[in-house]
Amino acid sequence: MTATPTRTPAPRAPKLNLIGLEKSAYKGADSTLCNGCGHDSISSRIINAAWEMGLKQQNVVKFSGIGCSSKTPAYFLGMSHGFNSLHGRMPSVATGALVANHHLVGIGVSGDGDTASIGIGQFKHLVRRNVPMVYIVENNGVYGLTKGQFSATADQGQKLKYAGTNPYMPLDVCLEALAANATFVARSFAGDAKQLEALLKAAIAHKGLAVLDVISPCVTFNNHDESTKSYAFGKEHETPLHDLSFVPSFEQIEIDEYDDETEVQLHDGSWLVLKKLDEHYDPTDKHLAYRTLEDARKQQKLLTGIFYIEPETPNFLDILQMIETPLAHLGEAQTRPSRAALEKLMAEL
Amino acid sequence: MSVIVQEPQTEQVDQLIFNDFNINVATANGSGSQTSNNMLIRSLYKMGIPVTGKNLFPSNIQGLPTWYNIRLSKDGYLARRERVEIMICMNGATVAEDMASVVPGGIILYDDTLPVADHRKDVKFYPMPVRELVKAANLPYNLQRYIANMVYVGVAAYLLEIEMDEIKDALAWNFGGKTKPIELNWSMVTAAYDWAKANLTNDQPYRVRRMTGFNEGTLLVDGNTASAMGAIFAGFTFAAWYPITPSTSIAEALADYAAKLRRDPETQKATYAIVQAEDELAAIGMVMGAGWAGARAMTATSGPGISLMSEFVGYGYFAEIPAVIWDVQRMGPSTGLPTRTSQGDLLAAHTLGHGDGRHPVLIPADPAECFEMAGTAFDLAERLQTPVFVLSDLDIGMNIWITKKFEYPEKPLDRGKVLSAEQLAKFKEEHNGQRWGRYLDVDGDGIPYRTLPGTDHPGAAYFTRGTGHTEYATYSERPHDWENNMLRLARKFETARTLVPAPVIDEVEGATIGIISMGSNHPAIVEARARLREQGIESSYLRVRALPINDAVRAFVEKYDKVYVVENNRDGQLYEILLVDLHEVGYKLVSVAKCDGLPLSARWITEQIAK
Repeated sequence: MTATPTRTPAPRAPKLNLIGLEKSAYKGADSTLCNGCGHDSISSRIINAAWEMGLKQQNVVKFSGIGCSSKTPAYFLGMSHGFNSLHGRMPSVATGALVANHHLVGIGVSGDGDTASIGIGQFKHLVRRNVPMVYIVENNGVYGLTKGQFSATADQGQKLKYAGTNPYMPLDVCLEALAANATFVARSFAGDAKQLEALLKAAIAHKGLAVLDVISPCVTFNNHDESTKSYAFGKEHETPLHDLSFVPSFEQIEIDEYDDETEVQLHDGSWLVLKKLDEHYDPTDKHLAYRTLEDARKQQKLLTGIFYIEPETPNFLDILQMIETPLAHLGEAQTRPSRAALEKLMAEL
Repeated sequence: MSVIVQEPQTEQVDQLIFNDFNINVATANGSGSQTSNNMLIRSLYKMGIPVTGKNLFPSNIQGLPTWYNIRLSKDGYLARRERVEIMICMNGATVAEDMASVVPGGIILYDDTLPVADHRKDVKFYPMPVRELVKAANLPYNLQRYIANMVYVGVAAYLLEIEMDEIKDALAWNFGGKTKPIELNWSMVTAAYDWAKANLTNDQPYRVRRMTGFNEGTLLVDGNTASAMGAIFAGFTFAAWYPITPSTSIAEALADYAAKLRRDPETQKATYAIVQAEDELAAIGMVMGAGWAGARAMTATSGPGISLMSEFVGYGYFAEIPAVIWDVQRMGPSTGLPTRTSQGDLLAAHTLGHGDGRHPVLIPADPAECFEMAGTAFDLAERLQTPVFVLSDLDIGMNIWITKKFEYPEKPLDRGKVLSAEQLAKFKEEHNGQRWGRYLDVDGDGIPYRTLPGTDHPGAAYFTRGTGHTEYATYSERPHDWENNMLRLARKFETARTLVPAPVIDEVEGATIGIISMGSNHPAIVEARARLREQGIESSYLRVRALPINDAVRAFVEKYDKVYVVENNRDGQLYEILLVDLHEVGYKLVSVAKCDGLPLSARWITEQIAK
């Protein structure tokens, strides 16, 4: 009897990123959101983007406010510190934390209630200051945790099971950001994995505040077909401005110029490549951004892509002119002036 | 108070009164009188005379009545005093009531263009030809209104015999050595002085003279400046604030001093950041973020500000984030009296936020304590990982005080229980195999260990939340987890009791009563005790410097039959707190509370206790 030789396949080498980690290392706790929630797809995109960018999680801080969306930072990047703050108050917390340690990469997740209703003031001031961080609005037009009330981004005429028909005009997160002098304004759809990942990577690479308004259907309270925030509507009506791809700074790829492409180089050396679809779109033209967003709003059109970018505008931390060592790490020698300095001050009184 | 009935005075001055009277200057706000008043106070201070200034100003930019009260006290009593011996009338809108307020035998200096209808016979009047003197001085038009106030400085200097060299030095100091404004103002002072010398008969009794024994080793400074200096020397690294009277000058002084003293010597880059936020909600939010990430973070505000901050302060208590909150108290409730003092935020600050919770509160009594407590507050906030309040008030914060020189902090900064990556790696072996948990009490003092974002260890991260959590910072709604955490926080508060500044106690042998007070009431209490002593009532005195109170307060109350709790608010808030904490001996406590927007006077306190 001859033994049949068996062949055990060599274990497939796990795919590692730039800093030698598997993608699974970027996971967080299990999600407790409803099955099929758009927010969970966004968390997956964040995991992918962070892994592919080779982010070191210890140098990332996650921020959020209150609401379904604001729970999600627990579900990604488990090795990053997280600050689940108060309703509508994430911008101020993030501002303080990133000033205290300017070496950190900030990723904020908010919702439409958290940003456009209770938090619109702090949101606009965060934008105005150009605090360097990614600010994601998981926008579903409805309050989930309190079970189905309209938010400020709900379209006029939108219907909800319990709340009825919305009689008011919505706030447009991207227009609000633009009016507050945002340096990165984009919209995407939770169901468009490729575009969202490219935008997330560009947002991480951006030097200032990157506003990402992501339409993220609420499967429980606002996913009926007529809703402009539903999967069906998004799948059918999403109209990308351009075909987006992101080339990180560590990939030494020659960027060729093509007629049907627009390339934007970000501050860190990476590239955002915008491939023309219908019409040429220049994302550095603010007037065009206003007009495009306003037209889309009027036509209730789900237009996605990057509307506006200023890659080199100084951010909040540049303006503060702080020492290279993070404030959080300064010791007594650097922060307590001398005895002689006190004597001198008192003599001047 | 009995009214002294006095015959109209003759030309003869029987007895001169040195360094012991009250000058009240009535002007319109925005007229630049603050400089003139400061020149008077500074000259008197430099002559060694104990002096205090209380600015009674309106919540307005220009044109409403303002009074500035300058008290000279050879015996060193620096509380607000109600009797006015010398009235300087520069404001037509209030001239009638101002003239009526002077005590019999007092004097009135007035701008001679003001309507002086009802001449009192029991006071002396000295007209000042302000308009003519200003005209003669040929001043630039835009400065006339401001410099006109130097006329009363010159006339008062002549009548009271203030040393002119000291006034000149004060001007030089005020204008930072800038020749032009010094000369313009000085020429106005001397013109008025010369006019008074040539035209007035100095037949009034009030005089100043140089003295020693009191002002040596002191500073003349307002509390907000002291608070800012204290923060600079306490190693603050982050401040966020929103403008609000009367706290604004803390942030402004902080920015001024930090720009000079807190730059890296090599790169000239800042070792701090100061952010003017869009409101108080954002100010405290930024402080929370910064404190959480490891900065020594503070804000400065007043009553309406702490109302807005209550949400985050509750969060800070529960999520255990260090923060220092200066509340320079003004009169509430609501918008209240924005430019008047009060001690009405004690309960609010101590209990701010919904649900259970208590916050440590430090209560400085003068600018020197503001300086010292600025450091204490940071150390406590980082040690206890919780928001700590410092309750100053408008009287300390915005008035200038004689205060003892600031002591350079000898203690190293206390940064609290923060684990580095190396300490985290060794945590288990150093704590009997116990794994690190963000909210796990391994030392028995209720204070857990924290890690900062950016700590280079795969296990350093945790998720900070205002919702229920376990000792390992995971979400939990389990009753046991909730209660366990809240009981630990209560334990931490008991640790705070042992760490906050102890009360200052002055016990007098043979005292029959005790007095408990706090903060800016101190000078009035000192003077009231002296007055009570004159009436045969000896008292002991305990000044609460922080909440929670410690055992010394109980021991003090136990010693006396009656203990008067004196404070500047309506409800007797300190009294209420003591009543709860010391309920077994609560029957001994008597509330002596008043709030009318003014600092308490010794007269009122004495009357309340002696009645």
